[in-house]
Amino acid sequence: MAELLRLDGVGVRLGGREILRDVSFTIAPGEFTGLIGPNGAGKTTLLRVILGLQPVATGAMLLNGSVGYVPQKLAIEPDTPLRVRDVVGLGLDGHKLGIRLPSRARRERVNEMLTAVGAQRYANARIGELSGGEQQRVMIAHALIARPRLLLLDEPLANLDIASVGGIVSVLARLARAEGTAVLISAHDMNPLVPVMDTIVYVASGRAAVGSTDQVVQPEVLSRLYGQHVDVLRVHGRILVVAAEETGAVPADAEHVTAAG
Amino acid sequence: MLKYLFEPGFFSSGPVHTAVGVGAVVAITSAVVGVFTVTRGQSFAGHSLSDIATTGGSAAFLAGVNQFWGYLAFGAGAAAFMEMTGVQRRRGRDVATGVVLGSALGLAALFLYLGTLRSSTTGASFTILFGSVFVLTPSTVPALIASALLALAVALLLARMLLLSSLSPDIAAARGVPVRAVGAAYLMALGVSVALSAMVIGAVLSTALLIGPAATALRVTKGPVRAVAVAAAIGVAATWLGIVLAYDSYYWPPARHGWPVSFFVVTLIVGGYLLTYAHPRWRRPARRDEPDPEHACSPA
Ligand SMILES: Nc1ncnc2c1ncn2[C@@H]1O[C@H](COP(=O)(O)OP(=O)(O)O)[C@@H](O)[C@H]1O
Ligand SMILES: [Mg+2]
Repeated sequence: MAELLRLDGVGVRLGGREILRDVSFTIAPGEFTGLIGPNGAGKTTLLRVILGLQPVATGAMLLNGSVGYVPQKLAIEPDTPLRVRDVVGLGLDGHKLGIRLPSRARRERVNEMLTAVGAQRYANARIGELSGGEQQRVMIAHALIARPRLLLLDEPLANLDIASVGGIVSVLARLARAEGTAVLISAHDMNPLVPVMDTIVYVASGRAAVGSTDQVVQPEVLSRLYGQHVDVLRVHGRILVVAAEETGAVPADAEHVTAAG
Repeated sequence: MLKYLFEPGFFSSGPVHTAVGVGAVVAITSAVVGVFTVTRGQSFAGHSLSDIATTGGSAAFLAGVNQFWGYLAFGAGAAAFMEMTGVQRRRGRDVATGVVLGSALGLAALFLYLGTLRSSTTGASFTILFGSVFVLTPSTVPALIASALLALAVALLLARMLLLSSLSPDIAAARGVPVRAVGAAYLMALGVSVALSAMVIGAVLSTALLIGPAATALRVTKGPVRAVAVAAAIGVAATWLGIVLAYDSYYWPPARHGWPVSFFVVTLIVGGYLLTYAHPRWRRPARRDEPDPEHACSPA
């Protein structure tokens, strides 16, 4: 299968600091990839590289198709005059000049997307009035309505309650399968994604380890990545990555705390 | 009833015709641009532009040219300056901005004082600060209409890009929207709108016509199209009714000399805004914080 995305030895510098070094991986159509790593590892930076918003210092990025993007947080003013259906509609033509006339085909396409993500109940509510989980669903519909080949999501599961996390993951897995859309989703806690991930890109200390969950989430691999000894514990079906010593530089505050809390 | 509202001569007066026409065009432009100003959290930029436009109008008076050119040059110039320095993105009013705006009004006071000494027309200061849609110089009317249509066209042309950018600048940029250029073009339209509002209700009050109808419309509507339409309707209604009342007030005490149009327009706008707090349906909370029923996830 022809690959959709290829990163070849990508390195990024920000403010004179090396944020990412020699990151290489590919994504095939329909593939579900988790971009996992602790806070500050460079996940957002890597997504911005793929979106063309962040130039690379070294290496190359090759993208063979359209991209949809769900940012971590919306920066809207509370009284922004956008209803949920307006937000989803902007996914079709928000980048275009001029105003448009209402059309039935467009309205039906918007409704179809709202139904697909389970957001039709609040279709006429203002986006700013929704909870975090509701906003995530709407933004997924917004990103998918233009039928991108690759969907990027930046920590869509952070700050959601358990039920919302399960709901969003199942919506994503279903849509990816139904439409053949490849998904690249960042998270500091890999656990909710383990059942659906085909590939994991684990970033830490500026580098990335790539493979299946079983290949990557191993003490040797992650210890090499972090540059210090880490243990991988499996407890009640959850994976915990734990630093042997608390140096502060490490995963202790990623999976460890999330899993404990 | 109508006989009591419209005093004799209202419909046959030339200045009234001009006021009604220009007032409507300016009110629509300001209201439409204003919706995006509020949406983008740039009300403070609008306010700053009106202070600087006051200086421009006063400088024009001192130089003996029509104040519109002063409003326009200073409003658009300040908009360009804000874009280059990025101050409009700073939401809070920091001390430096406050000092600059204070000195702008100080300069306006000096220019008006010097201008009054020179031409001994005391009414001009009042017109610059508080506007008077009844004394528009006929030769500036085409320029007013043209600038208004230009600003309106920019706002409507960029409407979707502005909305997408206010949803998420990163999404907009990733979809190929030149976010920075769109913001700059919009800020110029804002500068022009401030200059136009200054002509109708005065430089000091111009933000009222810009922000008031938009803020009111955003409280009573949900979607963008309605917000823009309702804001424009409120702006035109307040301006027209203000003009009618000001015309009527020529027969009122104390002086039988007419009350300022700006007083009526601003009072009507503020009154309309306060009304939105009276109606229970519009008294909505800023945020709804219930847990989401994610389990009620739809079957595919
Ligand atoms: N504009 C910037 N200038 C300098 N450093 C930055 C900038 N943006 C992010 N960083 C740094 O890059 C690192 C990676 O950030 P980010 O990609 O946001 O991490 P993550 O999304 O994994 O939490 C962090 O250490 C952050 O402080
Ligand atoms: Mg991040």
